[in-house]
Amino acid sequence: MDSRRAPRTVIDPKVRQVGFVTPGAPPARSHSIPADACSSPPRAPDFTLPSNSLSPVMIPPARHASADGIQVLTRASAPVPVPSTTTNPPSPLRRDGVQIPIGSYNPSESLGTSPMRSPSSRMDGPEFSEDMSMVSSSRLARGSSAKAAAASFPGTNTEMMAAGKVVGNVVPAKSSLTTASVVKTLPGLSDKGDGSLAEVHGEAAGVAKPLKQKTSRADRRAIQEAQRAAKSAAREAGGGKPSGGTVPANAAKGEFGKPSQKKDAASVSGANVVPEKKVADRPPEKERKKDVPHPRMQFDDQHRVEKAKKRAVVNQSEARNRVELFRHLPQYVHGTQLPDLESKFFQLDQIHPSVYKVGLQYLSGNITGGNARCIAMLLAFREAIKDYSTPPEKALVRDLTAKIGNYVSFLIECRPLSISMGNAIKFLKSRIAKLPHTLSESEAKFTLQSDIDRFINEKILLAEKVIVRHAVEKIRNGDVLLTYGWSSVVEMLLLYAHESNKQFRVVVVDSRPKLEGKALLHRLLSKGLNCTYTHINAVSYIMHEVTRVFLGASSVLSNGTVYSRVGTACVAMVAHAFHVPVLICCEAYKFHERVQLDSICSNELGDPDVISVVPGRKDLDHLDNWAENENLQLLNLTYDATPSDYVSVIVTDYGLLPPTSVPVIVREYRREQLWM
Amino acid sequence: MWRRSASFVLEKYQLPSSPMESPKSPQSPNPNPIPNLNSTHGISAYYQTRAEHHGVVTSDWLAQAQAAVEPPSPPSERTSPGSGKPFSVIEEFNYWRKKPDLAEAVAAIMALAAVIRSSNGSTMMELEIELKTASDALKKGDKSSISLSAGCDLFMRYVTRTSALEYEDFDAAKLRLIERAERFGEISLKARRTIAMLSQDFIFDGCTILVHGFSRVVLEVLKLAASNRKLFRVFCTEGRPDRTGLRLSNELAALGIPVKLLIDSAVAYTMDEVDMIFVGADGVVESGGILNMMGTYQIALVAHSMNKPVYVAAESYKFARLYPLDQKDLEPAIRPIDFGVPIPSGVEVEECARDYTPPQYLTLLFTDLGVLTPSVVSDELIRLYL
Repeated sequence: MDSRRAPRTVIDPKVRQVGFVTPGAPPARSHSIPADACSSPPRAPDFTLPSNSLSPVMIPPARHASADGIQVLTRASAPVPVPSTTTNPPSPLRRDGVQIPIGSYNPSESLGTSPMRSPSSRMDGPEFSEDMSMVSSSRLARGSSAKAAAASFPGTNTEMMAAGKVVGNVVPAKSSLTTASVVKTLPGLSDKGDGSLAEVHGEAAGVAKPLKQKTSRADRRAIQEAQRAAKSAAREAGGGKPSGGTVPANAAKGEFGKPSQKKDAASVSGANVVPEKKVADRPPEKERKKDVPHPRMQFDDQHRVEKAKKRAVVNQSEARNRVELFRHLPQYVHGTQLPDLESKFFQLDQIHPSVYKVGLQYLSGNITGGNARCIAMLLAFREAIKDYSTPPEKALVRDLTAKIGNYVSFLIECRPLSISMGNAIKFLKSRIAKLPHTLSESEAKFTLQSDIDRFINEKILLAEKVIVRHAVEKIRNGDVLLTYGWSSVVEMLLLYAHESNKQFRVVVVDSRPKLEGKALLHRLLSKGLNCTYTHINAVSYIMHEVTRVFLGASSVLSNGTVYSRVGTACVAMVAHAFHVPVLICCEAYKFHERVQLDSICSNELGDPDVISVVPGRKDLDHLDNWAENENLQLLNLTYDATPSDYVSVIVTDYGLLPPTSVPVIVREYRREQLWM
Repeated sequence: MWRRSASFVLEKYQLPSSPMESPKSPQSPNPNPIPNLNSTHGISAYYQTRAEHHGVVTSDWLAQAQAAVEPPSPPSERTSPGSGKPFSVIEEFNYWRKKPDLAEAVAAIMALAAVIRSSNGSTMMELEIELKTASDALKKGDKSSISLSAGCDLFMRYVTRTSALEYEDFDAAKLRLIERAERFGEISLKARRTIAMLSQDFIFDGCTILVHGFSRVVLEVLKLAASNRKLFRVFCTEGRPDRTGLRLSNELAALGIPVKLLIDSAVAYTMDEVDMIFVGADGVVESGGILNMMGTYQIALVAHSMNKPVYVAAESYKFARLYPLDQKDLEPAIRPIDFGVPIPSGVEVEECARDYTPPQYLTLLFTDLGVLTPSVVSDELIRLYL
């Protein structure tokens, strides 16, 4: 409704004296973030980042911010001749049983609950990079090995399948070779001919060489990773048979922070010795490691993009004509990803079929909306955990974490994660990490599955119900309620208010290109609500008759900024100008401790073609060949950020809160949420 | 949140004589006990009580007060839990409420503490249910008083939410509850003095303070400032319809503070002379805004547009889990208005007695938890309730 904070102009110089009044209080209330930011030297920007928060200038984590570093190492060290049934449960046998109806997917069958497909909120910038950070350091190792390999053999699916079938025969002969090579990761790929492996290895080295001259940190790290992986592989090869006994050591090594890698590198390449020496007098590696969120991938960084492409599962071609300001966000030519991913199905051995299915659904746009995507992902993970069996000589806790990380990176390739999904992943990983060691495998799996169920039930489904109960109290008879797009919670709210015999009218505001509001309108009308449907262009006209604005959100950040589908900010600002209260309905699990000031740093780019084409209007074809015009860039943003000044109240499962209280909820309940 | 209560400033400053204790003769309570809480004819009980406690100082009221020289009801009158007569929380509440300096919410807190003491329950659950019914009875008696229901809720939360209860036997737990209840009551009693102490830093020599309505906390603040030999003057609004401003100006003049009376509509006219606004609150809501006597909102608006700070003095037991979105979002507290002349038939009268001031028009809240910005209210409520 109005800005919540009094403007700073109000004369009040004496406020500062408050300090003496409550001396004990402040320290307990906030673990001050800037403190540790200052404590580390400013020289290495990577380490100066404060704990638990990505700095606003950081861009969504690398599309491969995967936690599979460990897995890579362990895999590399694992005996190659292991039959596929032990290392990869979802083997060809398993695959046959799973149907993947890509085109015709009925969401209710996998979601289990009715209209969860709200297009409400999706979000990139996954935040789980912190918990992954313990392993993510080694992700580049994977990048330089497996993905390089993948990139070097395009379109060899059938060949690979054939190779996969002869695993048992071929492998023993090759084992020594493959373990000695950095490239060994994907079991499917390992079955390639020896010559090609060597070729890949050579290629990787070739790539590494010219990079050495340049001093970019990313490059250096990539080289170091490769070298380290080579070393560990060599050590294994030297240590006789590559037994699983070496695994923990390697895994532990993988867990070590970047500094250790840097030292490795320093010893190898003398050129880099000087700057790396300072590493030693920093705080213990492990702790610092946890504090450092992984930098998000900058898609305008040529080198990194090249690298990411090499290890990408999905072949994506970058879109041309990107808007200058948004070059740091990924944008791909639409329609190139899906067919490619479909054809890769049989190569992606390490991805569980249910996860694969969900990924395809994200990619094809069959599942949209923050809650729906989150639930679909959790159910897929649940399925994957059900089918999981710990490989011999491995610890469930570690292996499963790595596996989940693998799945997550796959999902990110399909579509950037939403904050809600990031929080859910964080929850799942913390649950895995906290599993008591005394549990047997089946017990552990059962615990995790019930944890996932509980998260879905308590944090999403029940939370929605509670929000509806809270928000319905703010609907009076005779109200005119305005909503924008289609949020599942708002839909539930409107239907519930109608069922409880409140007399009100609904204005559904919609916008191109998605026109999600139509689906909401359809559902409301079928229940007999009195509705008005209008376009966002008319919002300033319609607003004067509105008494309440209800909006959904993809996330609420800790400065109270509401991150939601593009257009939300516009509606909220118009409502504010007309003194209409704006109520944001958002489950508390979507809250995030990040602070964001604009919609640029972190966002998701949609397909630009959908805004250039107007279906059914052949005469509006002026933009048909827009991609060929260098002077034209189309921008199809998916999200925007609404400043908290335009928000009257946030309705959460903890009650009605002012936007200033979001950090309190995050602070007081995040831990509980993780421990649950 | 009361663990952090700022009431320790009292010990620090060692008030020479607490002004609260000193009984004031003209304020001696209405000798007639409040007949029945529920017998209110459309008038909100909250304002009935207020009128009884500090109504307009009229000549007939003074005469009545003079006539009623009988001392306030002695404690012996109080229903002791042991003496055959069944304990009634309402009676207990009314006993406490008769004390003029005691806020309604504190009376309720005292009454609820007495409920625990006199409880015959033998299990924790029984005691809790007993407490619940008692607080419901109190709340039902006066639905329009925000501080009463908020005080009851806070008491329930504060007293019953202690993890230590589970590990002790019942008697020990009950003792602990009583201890907590007494502590809560003590903090509430001290609240006003704490607030007065905290606000002293904000009153500087030569300032002009605008006050609206009669608030005992604000009076306490000004009283203490005057006793600290600060030089300031006060503008009192008239406070129609019950003219509470008149009464406040009366009190202030007695303390030797220069006072100027304004009619309610002269606020904007005088605002450029004013340095700060002090108001009390009927209730502080979750958004950080306040519910207070009608007219507070417009004063805050005027002050906001002229960049004058608006300070709210409110005890923390007035923090309520409400979130009004606009003025009409709450049940109105009805209070009849005497216009002095008969109102023509067919003319409607706005009888609501209070309005909602959104947080962005408030500068600071002086509470017994410390000096807070409006957004901290929600934090405190979250800590307590969730």
